[in-house]
This record gives sequence, structure tokens and C-alpha cells, in this order.
Amino acid sequence: MLHAILAIAALAVAFGLILGYSAQRFRVEGDPIADQIDALLPQTQCGQCSYPGCRPYAEAIAAGEADINRCPPGGEPTVLALADLLGRDPKPLEAETREKAVAVIDEQTCIGCTLCIQACPVDAIVGAAKQMHTVIEEECTGCELCLEPCPVDCIFMVPLQPDITDWRWSQPEPSPIERPSRDWRDAIGKRRESA
Amino acid sequence: MEYALILISTILVNNFVLVKFLGLCPFMGVSRKVETATGMGLATTFVLTLSAVSSYLINEYLLTPLGLEYLRTIAFILVIAAVVQFTEMVVHKTSPLLYNVLGIFLPLITTNCAVLGVALLNVQEAHGFVESALYGFGAAVGFSIVLILFSAIRERIAAADVPLPFRGSAIAMVTAGLMSLAFMGFSGLVRL
Repeated sequence: MLHAILAIAALAVAFGLILGYSAQRFRVEGDPIADQIDALLPQTQCGQCSYPGCRPYAEAIAAGEADINRCPPGGEPTVLALADLLGRDPKPLEAETREKAVAVIDEQTCIGCTLCIQACPVDAIVGAAKQMHTVIEEECTGCELCLEPCPVDCIFMVPLQPDITDWRWSQPEPSPIERPSRDWRDAIGKRRESA
Repeated sequence: MEYALILISTILVNNFVLVKFLGLCPFMGVSRKVETATGMGLATTFVLTLSAVSSYLINEYLLTPLGLEYLRTIAFILVIAAVVQFTEMVVHKTSPLLYNVLGIFLPLITTNCAVLGVALLNVQEAHGFVESALYGFGAAVGFSIVLILFSAIRERIAAADVPLPFRGSAIAMVTAGLMSLAFMGFSGLVRL
């Protein structure tokens, strides 16, 4: 009886030691999936996903709390990349798909207050106090965060011409002819009735 | 020759899932996508081979000399639980995505009756060390093959026009039954 208890206890202790060692050896720092998701996000920290920044959004996706289609600056390429990484089905962007646009500052009206510089999450606006500001077009993600703080409303959004990465066929025009029923059983039924 | 026979026997003729009906829980649970099925197959292969070997060692060098054969089941479950824990740590470290996708089914390998079944059958059939290892490995390969085949079929079924009453689990069960019938056709190929 005693050696039975001892044998099982010895086994349990041995496995406990092995597992304890491997828990140290294979310890995972942080959340590697959140890191991978974070690397795919555009890092604009614009908050349009309703999370305070890209990192919190990445953690929410990794935890399964947020969907992958809430990043307007990343647009469709980001949704596709995330779907590919996570093995989920890609979805259309949740925010209404608006045309890709960049902010442009009307330099005649700008008073050089620097408020838009502080608002810009990607540092795409250059300028100094009492100096005219301007937007670096390649850096601008079109997040519209600079429109609100401008006291003289001199920033407006200019739609971008589609380039080779986001060009697509326009939707077909609705056909003027009424389409036949898609259900072939109905179609056959009607044909039999008329015959 | 005998080793090859063990492999063929466990992979095809006495397939653990479709002929012996062991380990059906992950077979139905993680067969929705081929990638996850492959990952599950690899994890189970690792666990099965390792636990077959270590349970053989424990039975041969600890339980039998001490006359503790009646503790076999509990000792084997201890071995399997430890091996699964170890596998879980390794998968978490090496492939966090697979870890996420497998989710609860990774720790549930512990309760996969094929794992305990292999350990107990090894004792019952008085297999030696190499035979035990091959028996465990063959069972795992058979499990993986069947799991991957089944998930491939289920991916096609997901796109097929299944009659309404058969949608979901029902058609999966019917498919599993048909696959089992097909594997029954191997019986008599090897006599062990």
C-alpha cells in the first residue's frame, strides 16, 4: 500500500518538476498575436476604431472582442491582411466607405495656430507658430482629425485619384430589363403552366 | 517487416477513429478547416507517440517491478496529462496562432480516448519498446490522415447545396459514417 502511494507521488513530483522547468523554458512574453496584429495596423493612432490607439485595438482583436474591419486609415488592404493572419473571412469596412482623401490647408486663410499640428496623429502637417502650415500629402491618412480643431476652418478634404493599389471596376448600372426569377423551379413551373 | 505491419495495421486497418471509434471528439470538433486539422494532427501525433513511449517505460520499469499493475490507468492518465501540458507550452511558444485556433481542443487531447487507448492496448498486447512507439506513432498518423481527409471533405460540404434537414452536424455525422464504412474495407489486409 505504502509503496503504491510513494510510486504515484514520485511520478507526480517528477512530472511536476519537468513541467515547472519547461514552463520557465517556454515562457511566452506578452501576447505574440497582438504584436503581429499591431504590426499590420497603420499606427496612425487615430482612434476611429473606437479604441484609444492601434495597440489597444490590436489587443482587442487578439482577445476576440473587436472585429477586423474597423480601421478606416488601413482600409481594405489592412482588413485583407488581418483576415489572412487570423484565418478569418474578410469583411467590408465597418465605417461607411468614403473616398480616399487627403487634407489640404488653404494657405491664404491659415493663421498659424499649430492646433492642427497637435491633432495630427501621423505628423503629416508641417509649420510653426504664426507661420503658414501645410500638409505632406504622402503622409496624410485622411483621418479628418485636423478638421475639428482649426479655428478658421481652412482645412478641407480633397479626394485622391485612385492608383493601381485601390482602383476597381465601377459598379454595373442597374439593368432596365426585368430579370427572370432566379429560382429555376419557378421558371419551369411557369413554362409548364403556359404550355 | 513486423514493424511495417504494425504501421499499416494502425494507420489503415485498425484505424483508431474510423474502425475502433476512439477519439471522436476532436475528429468532429476541429475538422472545419484543413489548416487547423493539420495542426491538431501534428499536436496529437506528438502527444500520442510521447505518451505511448513514456507509459511503456513507466509500466515496464515502475509498475510491473513493484507489482502495481492495478494502478496502470491512473498512472497513464498522469503521464498523458503531463505530456499534453508540455505540448501546450511548446505550441504556445512556437505557434501562437495555432494555439489560438486550437483553443480548448489542445488541453482536451488529455481526454482523447485514443491516447489512453494506445497506452492500454500496448500493455494488453505486450508490445516491446519499439513496438509501443510505432503503435503510438501509427495510431497518431492514422488519426491525422483521417482528420485531414475529413476536414477536406467538410470544406467541400460547406460550399455544397445540402438539403436543409441535413445541414451542420447531421451531414458531418453521415460523412463520418461513410468514411468509416470505407475504412472497414481494409479489414483482413493485415492480421495482427
